[in-house]
Amino acid sequence: MTKQMTRPKRKNPVLRTRLPTLPPWGRSRVALGLTAAAAIGRFELQQCADCAAIQYPPREACHVCLSARLQWKPQSGAGRLLSETVLHHSNDLFFRERLPWRLGLVQLDVGPTLMVHLLDCAPAAPARVNVDVRLDRAGQAVLLGVPETETEHMAEDRVLREMTCDPKFRKALVTDGKTAVGQAIVKALVNAGADIVWAGHAEPWKKLPGLDGITALPQVTLVPLDLTSAKSVSELAGEVAGKVDIVINNAEVHRTYGISARRGADAARAEMDINYFGLLRLAQEFGPALKGRGADGPASAVAWVNLLSIYALSNYPPHGTYSASKAAALSLAQCLRAEMRPAGIRVINLFPGPIDDDWNQLLPPPKIAPASVAQAIVKALRDGVEDVYPGDVAQEWLARWRENPKVLERELAAGGS
Amino acid sequence: MTRSSRKGYDGVAVAVPVTVPYVRYSTHGAHWFIGRALAELVRESGIDKDDIDGLCVSSFTLAPDTAVGLTQHLGLNPRWLDHLPMGGASGVVAVRRAARAIQAGDADMIACVAGDTNHVDSFRQTLGSFSLFARDATYPYGSGGPNAMFAFITAHYMRTYGAQREDFGRICVAQRENALATPYAMFRKPLTLDEYIAARVIAEPIHLFDCVMPCAGAEGVLLMSEARARDLNLPFARLLAATERHNAYREDPIMIRGGWAMDRDDLYAQAGIKPDDIDLVQFYDDYPVIVMMQYEDLGFCEKGEGPAFVRSRTLTREGSLPTNTSGGQLSVGQAGAAGGYLGLVEAVRQLTGQAPGRAVPDAKLGLVSGFGMVTYDRCVCTGALILGRGDSR
Repeated sequence: MTKQMTRPKRKNPVLRTRLPTLPPWGRSRVALGLTAAAAIGRFELQQCADCAAIQYPPREACHVCLSARLQWKPQSGAGRLLSETVLHHSNDLFFRERLPWRLGLVQLDVGPTLMVHLLDCAPAAPARVNVDVRLDRAGQAVLLGVPETETEHMAEDRVLREMTCDPKFRKALVTDGKTAVGQAIVKALVNAGADIVWAGHAEPWKKLPGLDGITALPQVTLVPLDLTSAKSVSELAGEVAGKVDIVINNAEVHRTYGISARRGADAARAEMDINYFGLLRLAQEFGPALKGRGADGPASAVAWVNLLSIYALSNYPPHGTYSASKAAALSLAQCLRAEMRPAGIRVINLFPGPIDDDWNQLLPPPKIAPASVAQAIVKALRDGVEDVYPGDVAQEWLARWRENPKVLERELAAGGS
Repeated sequence: MTRSSRKGYDGVAVAVPVTVPYVRYSTHGAHWFIGRALAELVRESGIDKDDIDGLCVSSFTLAPDTAVGLTQHLGLNPRWLDHLPMGGASGVVAVRRAARAIQAGDADMIACVAGDTNHVDSFRQTLGSFSLFARDATYPYGSGGPNAMFAFITAHYMRTYGAQREDFGRICVAQRENALATPYAMFRKPLTLDEYIAARVIAEPIHLFDCVMPCAGAEGVLLMSEARARDLNLPFARLLAATERHNAYREDPIMIRGGWAMDRDDLYAQAGIKPDDIDLVQFYDDYPVIVMMQYEDLGFCEKGEGPAFVRSRTLTREGSLPTNTSGGQLSVGQAGAAGGYLGLVEAVRQLTGQAPGRAVPDAKLGLVSGFGMVTYDRCVCTGALILGRGDSR
């Protein structure tokens, strides 16, 4: 039912590039709970801890029993499309540029009635549908009415594509294409339909296994990029920043020291120079270019992905300085997210547990495979989420951290990973 | 649900219907329009401004002021003051509450007014911050405003009860015919059913002539005792019954009926009449589907019979059930909260012989309804009044 997307025509250089507009992004504080869940790909609604009633729109008191104990809980999106409309008029610029726009009114099986963006492939009312949640271009959660079972080419639905960052027909820069993780990301992007993948390599004399296979792919171009050098970043930006739709910053230095295991600051400085300052240099050069192209046609600039680490949440002492550099990078990524928001560019942070690479050789399993990291990135782009914790270790750390960060800190100090 | 212990509204006069003529856009503020309405009330009634000792105000564009700021702005010192944020239900609710204040002696002369300005960008700015729920759960979805929500309600009603666009067209065309004799109506060009059907689509199945036009203007009435009205030699309408109901039928997943249905037995019992006795109705008409629902919910026909009802009746001034005899908001325009007074003011005009050129012959009993505030998926406030001619009993 969804029309398969065809390769967008080459841009007419004579025409002005449209400036990005955003859907209305004002929300009450309580409604941001929906966004917080959507940012990690969950559909949650408030549920009353006293009478179990599901609430929507978000509230400060239960509409059945007036309890104030409303908790965000994952919900089934199963429901019935009661009615629908197609807007041919809107009071908002973002939607005016996208009319006609289909909307639905859905009653969830668990109770409340929800207004949703209705995908073109969703059935006509009345019908069974599912409600799903996505971050819209403004980075706020919105509800979607989708078919009960995924239909062909659904990801290419024009409404869904407004919410997501699908790499198909887009051009991506991977800041380190040489490592096992980098190679896996490049391959995954090509498999996901990316038009061009620029793969950065900082030390061209190093020939790592597998690199030839990557460079042989017609979509892939190796480009010199050293994040420790402002000049290198600037030179590459001059060449490709105006064309990049997705930046994937996976370049990192990872040494396995705490404070006392190694004298001096050289290793820690090298980590900071790539993991933190590298992000800063890259964002200063590529950020403005992406922001200028946030509405540049159906394959506009759309996303920025940072490969962080679950250690960014709480320091893992055996990898203490690395943890610190990732915590710094996380903080800077939040700043980047705030600055990219007005252009509708999504900043996605990936928090994997230990990756199965050379630097984690001595860590016991489970470790996440480079290919799984790459798959998690592509999925995050397709789902349009903000924060991803791929793998069992990351999920477990996240759960512990959310439950009580101080307890996790003590456990990690005692050597518990 | 018996409400037999409720006291009647005996002895209260609703008089001096005034309208500040509507304009599409104005550079004046809401204070200007409300000030003009009060000046008209004073001029038409012959009272002194300081005789007004009660004030009830409704407006969307008065911010940062409320009725409080208005007292100082307009130099009033009322001993009874109310501010009703009820949009389309404000007129009905204002009269209901002011009548009690008159009966109790809390105030002797109450001005009930609603007025709004409309700047070029007012409507859009109002929508995004209309309510907490609108900001969180409707405006980010296409920003269509009430058109989108009433498109859902209209489409659902059509599918459930077999209404056709022509049925809604009958309502809109009849109201337009009524508006031709209303001097302050924004639309005074005849509308044919063909033109109605051919209009451009706004939010399927809602088309252009199903929508009201936002504009600026004000409406008002004075409430006082019947004795005072006679002293002042003012023609007046009696208040025979009044109800209000908020957030009715919240269990309905989509609006299929309004709060009127919940209280209509009480309404008619209080007035001691039946729907058949009513000579004219002034239904709140933000969209024609709501007019159709009110024929059902206020007992003129059974639920689901609205389409057949409008096919079998003529709704114009000389018809079998004169409806929205000024043309309603669909033809006069929607001056913000004044839209919630339009039917009230018109009913008082009709029942006091002050509707020259468009009088419903021999009208003795009129029904006025209110419907206001789409805070999420329907209007939350509903209410109804039955008014009788001052000499009707």
